[in-house]
Amino acid sequence: MTDTSAEQKTTVSMTVDGRAVEAVPGEMIIAAAERAGTYIPRFCYHPRMRSVGMCRMCLVEVVGPRGPQLQPACYVPVAEGQEVITDSPAVKKAQDGVLELLLINHPLDCPVCDRGGECPLQDQTLTFGPGETRFVEEKRHWEKPIPLSSLVLLDRERCIQCDRCTRFADEIAGDPLIDFVGRGDHTEINTFPDQPFASYFSGNVVQLCPVGALTAEPYRFKARPWDLEQVESTCTSCSVGCRVAVQSSGNRITRRLGIDADPVNQGWLCDKGRFDYEAVNGDDRLRAPLSRSGDTLGETTWGEALGKAADALAGARDRHGPASIAVLGGARLTNEDAYAWSKLARVVLGTDNVDCQLADGLPAEVVLGLPHATIDEACEADTVVLLTADVKEELPVLYLRLRGAAVAGATNLVELSATTTGLTRYATTSVRYRPGEAAEAARQLVAGGAVTGDKVVCVLGRPSLAEQPDSVIEAAGVLLDAVPGIRFLSGLRRANVHGALDMGLAPGLLPGRVAAADDGGWFAGAWGTLPETEGLGAAGILEAAAAGRIQALVLLGADPLADVPDRDLAQRALAGAGFVLALDGHLTASSRQADVVLPVVLHHEKPGTATNLEGRVTRLGQKITPPGSSRPDWMVAVELASRLGGDLGLETLDQITDEIATLAPAYEGITRAALAAAHDGLLAGRDDASAHEAPPTMSSAEHPEVHAAAALGETDIVASEPIAVRETPEPAAAKPPTLRHRPAGRTATPPATDSYSLRLVSSRALYDEGTLVQHSPSLAHLGRGAAVRVNPAELERLGVTDGAQVRVSSSRASLTLLVAVDEGVPRGVAALDYNQAGPGAADLIDIATAVTDVRVETV
Amino acid sequence: MARLNPTNIERAREVIARYPQPRSAMIPLLHLAQEQDGHITDDAKAHIAELVGVMPAEVHGVSTFYEMFKHEDVGRYLVGVCTNLSCMLLGADELLAHAEDKLGVKVGGTTPDGSFTLEQMQCLAACGGAPCIQVNYRYFENVTPERFDGVIAALSAGTDPEGQAVPPHGTLSRVSLPHPSTDADRERPQEIHS
Ligand code: SF4
Ligand code: SF4
Ligand code: FES
Ligand code: FES
Repeated sequence: MTDTSAEQKTTVSMTVDGRAVEAVPGEMIIAAAERAGTYIPRFCYHPRMRSVGMCRMCLVEVVGPRGPQLQPACYVPVAEGQEVITDSPAVKKAQDGVLELLLINHPLDCPVCDRGGECPLQDQTLTFGPGETRFVEEKRHWEKPIPLSSLVLLDRERCIQCDRCTRFADEIAGDPLIDFVGRGDHTEINTFPDQPFASYFSGNVVQLCPVGALTAEPYRFKARPWDLEQVESTCTSCSVGCRVAVQSSGNRITRRLGIDADPVNQGWLCDKGRFDYEAVNGDDRLRAPLSRSGDTLGETTWGEALGKAADALAGARDRHGPASIAVLGGARLTNEDAYAWSKLARVVLGTDNVDCQLADGLPAEVVLGLPHATIDEACEADTVVLLTADVKEELPVLYLRLRGAAVAGATNLVELSATTTGLTRYATTSVRYRPGEAAEAARQLVAGGAVTGDKVVCVLGRPSLAEQPDSVIEAAGVLLDAVPGIRFLSGLRRANVHGALDMGLAPGLLPGRVAAADDGGWFAGAWGTLPETEGLGAAGILEAAAAGRIQALVLLGADPLADVPDRDLAQRALAGAGFVLALDGHLTASSRQADVVLPVVLHHEKPGTATNLEGRVTRLGQKITPPGSSRPDWMVAVELASRLGGDLGLETLDQITDEIATLAPAYEGITRAALAAAHDGLLAGRDDASAHEAPPTMSSAEHPEVHAAAALGETDIVASEPIAVRETPEPAAAKPPTLRHRPAGRTATPPATDSYSLRLVSSRALYDEGTLVQHSPSLAHLGRGAAVRVNPAELERLGVTDGAQVRVSSSRASLTLLVAVDEGVPRGVAALDYNQAGPGAADLIDIATAVTDVRVETV
Repeated sequence: MARLNPTNIERAREVIARYPQPRSAMIPLLHLAQEQDGHITDDAKAHIAELVGVMPAEVHGVSTFYEMFKHEDVGRYLVGVCTNLSCMLLGADELLAHAEDKLGVKVGGTTPDGSFTLEQMQCLAACGGAPCIQVNYRYFENVTPERFDGVIAALSAGTDPEGQAVPPHGTLSRVSLPHPSTDADRERPQEIHS
C-alpha cells in the first residue's frame, strides 16, 4: 500500500515535551500545545487575531537540524515530526529574561490598577517569572491615563506593546484609529492628535489588553476583580445575541465582558452592548407601580394597580368585545415572558391584536417563513446579499462577522441599499436603489449575474423606516425565485424580537412559528381556546386606537412615540385608546401618558431564554435583584389572568420553558436540559445537518477576567436529570407545521418625486434616543444628532452650505434641521437618522404612504 | 499647518502610481511633506492618509517611527554627532561638548538664527572614520574640533564644507521618471538639488 495516505492526512503528528500530539495543519505550536494541555505563556498571541510574535513570552525550544532552538510558539506553525520542548532550562531562562525585560519599564502600580487580580502580567510573572530584577535605573514616565475616547483611557506606563489593541482596531474592527507612535523606549500607543478612538468596538481593547494599560471609563475603580460575581448571559441590546459574562458587585452590574461563542460573537461586543448595563443600574428605574389620577401618575401598590388594570381589561373585553383590546411590544421580553403574554392575550383577553413590532420591521410571515440562515452560513456563503439597514449601525457584531468574512475573501458581499453603509467598502457590488424600488434593483442584480455560487444568503431587514417594506419583501421574493437554495438571515434589530415572534406575538401567529390558520386544533386544544378572527398588526392597532376603537392598550416595553415611524399616528393612538397599561423598567414618553405603569425587571435581573436573529436560543442569567417591587412580565401576565377569572396554568418560569418545548413546534427539543448542555445555545426550527454546533472555543486562559465556568454564580448550570413537566396540557391534535412563506405579487413603483422633492431614507445609528442608551450616562451623549444628509449636488442646487439650517417638510410636518453634505447619499435622496434628539424622521413619516417625499428649503 | 501644495499633490500622485498598493507610498510622501514644510505637520499627515487611503493614525505611527522625519521645525542644517562605541572611544563625547559650545545650544536645540540644530546620533555605520558627524545626512569622518569649526564656518558662509555640497534640510534627491516604454532599462538615479 503506498501513499494516498499522506495526501489524506488531515492532522500533523508532533511531540510536546515528549508527548505525542495531533495538531491541525497550519496552526501555531501554541494552539496545538494548549489543546493538548500544555499552556505556553503569552501576551501578544490571541487566537482570533493574526500572530505577530511581538512579546517573545512564548519562546519554546523546537528541535531542528542544529539541535533545540528557541522559537516563538505563537509564530511557528506545527510540522510533521516536530519536537517541541516547553520546560527546559533554556526555555525557563528565556521566560525569566522576557519578563524581566517587560517589567523594566512597568510601573508596578498594581494596587491602584483595575487589572490587578486578573492581570496576565501579574499571573505570568508569578508563574514563570524570575522573582527579582537587576534593573535599578529610572523607569520611563508618561502622563498617567490619557483618554483615547470618552470610553477608553490609556496608561502608557503600563503598556507592554503587545499590539493586541492595535491589531484589533485594524484587523477586526476595521477602525485603525490607534497605532504605535515613536520607537524604542519612546514607543507608545496613541491616536492621531485630536482624533479620538471613536470606534463602536473600542471597549474590546480594554478586555484584550494583557495589562492594565487600557481601562474603561464606566468601570474604572468601580470594583476589584475578586469582589465580582458573574453569570453567563446573552446581550439583548440588539438581536445579534452576543454571549456575555455579566459581573456584579453589591447588587449593581459593574461590567459586561464578551464570551467567545464561536457561531455568534467570537468574543467581541459592541460598545453599546458592553456599556448599556448602566441603564439597568440607573437610579431612574421604576420601583413601584404608578397609577393615574387626573394629570399625574402617582405611586401605588401592586394590588391597586393590577386591580385597576384588570378592571379596565375586563371592562373592555366584556362591554366592547375582545377586539377592543390590543397588546403592543414585547421585544424586550424573554421568550418565557412573551409566551405568557401571547397566551394571556389569546386565551384570557381573547384578542389576536398583538404585535411585538411597532410598524418598524417586517411582517412576521416574512421573518419566520423564509428558509433561515445562521451567521456562520452567511460568513461562508459564496454571496451574501445585503437588503437591510446599515448593519454596522444596527447589528454591530454581525457587521464584524460579515466584514471579517469579506476581508478574508470567504464571501462576496453584494449590497442593495439606498445610501452608502458601513459595509459598502467591503462589498464587491453595491447597488443604490431609490426607496420603494428595491424589487426592481433586485431583478437587475440577478439579471446582471452578481448573485453567484451555490450558497447564497440574504440578510433581510427593514432598510428604511421612511418607506413601507412592500418593495423590499417583493425583492426577497425575486431572490427566492431566482436563486435556488437561498437562505435568509433576519436583519431585524430589536433585542429579542425574534423570540417574541417565535412566541406568537404577532397577529395570526402562534408560538413555535405556527400560522393560526394551520393550528389544526393543537393550540386550541392545549390552551382551551383561540380567538376566532385574525387580529390587527401594529399599524392597524394604532389606527383603531386613534379612531377610538381600542378600549385597552397594553404596552409591553413599547414606546410608540419614539419607535413607531409615524409620531402623529402614535400620539393620536395613545390619546384615543380608552385605557393604557404600560409595563416598563423606565418611564418613557409613551408610558408617561399611560393610566397604569407596572415596573418590570430588566435583563440581568431575571433568568429565561432569548432567541437571536438566526433563531439561536440561549439562556439568560440573572445576576442582581431588581429594584423596588419590580416583577417579571410573565408574572404580571399570570396575575392579570387570575384577576380576569382565567388561568394560564403557568406558575414558574421553568414550567413556561417546558411548555414552550412541549407545545411550540419550532422549539421541540429545546428543553432546559438541552439548553444547559449547549454552550452556544440551540437553533430553533433547524433540523438540517448544516446547522451543526461548533464545540465551545472560549479559552479562559485568554481572558482571565472571564472567570472559569466553575466559578459562575449560577446554581442550575447543569440540569441533567429529567425535568418533570408539570401539568402541561395534553393536546389531542397533531403538532402543526411551522410557517412557510413565499412573497409573491408585484408592488407598484411609487411615482417619481417632483423636481423639488427628495425621497427620505431613515434608519438608526447605533447611539440614538433609545431607552437603554439614554439611561446610560457613558453612551447618552454619543448620538450624532439629527442632520439631514444630502448629496453635494443637492446642496449646491439648494444654495446652502454644509452645516446650515434648512426647512425639511413632508405631508406631515415641517422641521428645521441642520443639513450635512454626504457623498454616500445619491442625488434625489435625503437621509436622516431615526430617533435622534429632538424632532425628526418620525414626525415626517406617514405610514399610510409607500414612501416619504420631503422638500428641503432654505430657512 | 500645511497640506501638500498643488505641485506636491501632483508629485504624490506620480509616486503613488508606482506602487501596487497606494499605502506603500507613505514614506516617500512623508519626505515630500518634510521637503515642503521643513518638518511634517499634522495636516500633511492627514492629507497623506487621504491620498493613500489609510487613517491618519497610521501615517502618524509610521512617521514617528523614523527619526529622519521631524515633527517640529529644525534648522537649515541638522548636525548629528555620533556617540556610539567606536566614536565614543575616539573622542565623540568631547566633540559633542565642543559642538554644544561652538553652536551655543544643547543637544536637540536650534541656534537662534535657525541655521543649525544639534543632534546626538546612534552608530552611523562609519566606525572606520570615527568620530563621525553628519550634516543633513552627509558624512564627515575623523572629525576633530578644528575640522568641526571649519565645517560650521563654511556652512555659515554659504560655501561647501570641505568641498561637499550640503543642501538645506529636507531637500530630496529626486529620481527622474522612467519613460513608460523603457521601464526595463530605467535611467540611473540622478540627484537634483533644488
Ligand atoms: S495598550 Fe495593552 S493591548 Fe495595547 S499594546 Fe499596550 S499592552 Fe498591548
Ligand atoms: S452586537 Fe448587539 S448583541 Fe452584540 S454586544 Fe452589540 S448590542 Fe449586544
Ligand atoms: S505570544 Fe508569542 S511572541 Fe507574544
Ligand atoms: S560608532 Fe559612530 S559611526 Fe559607528
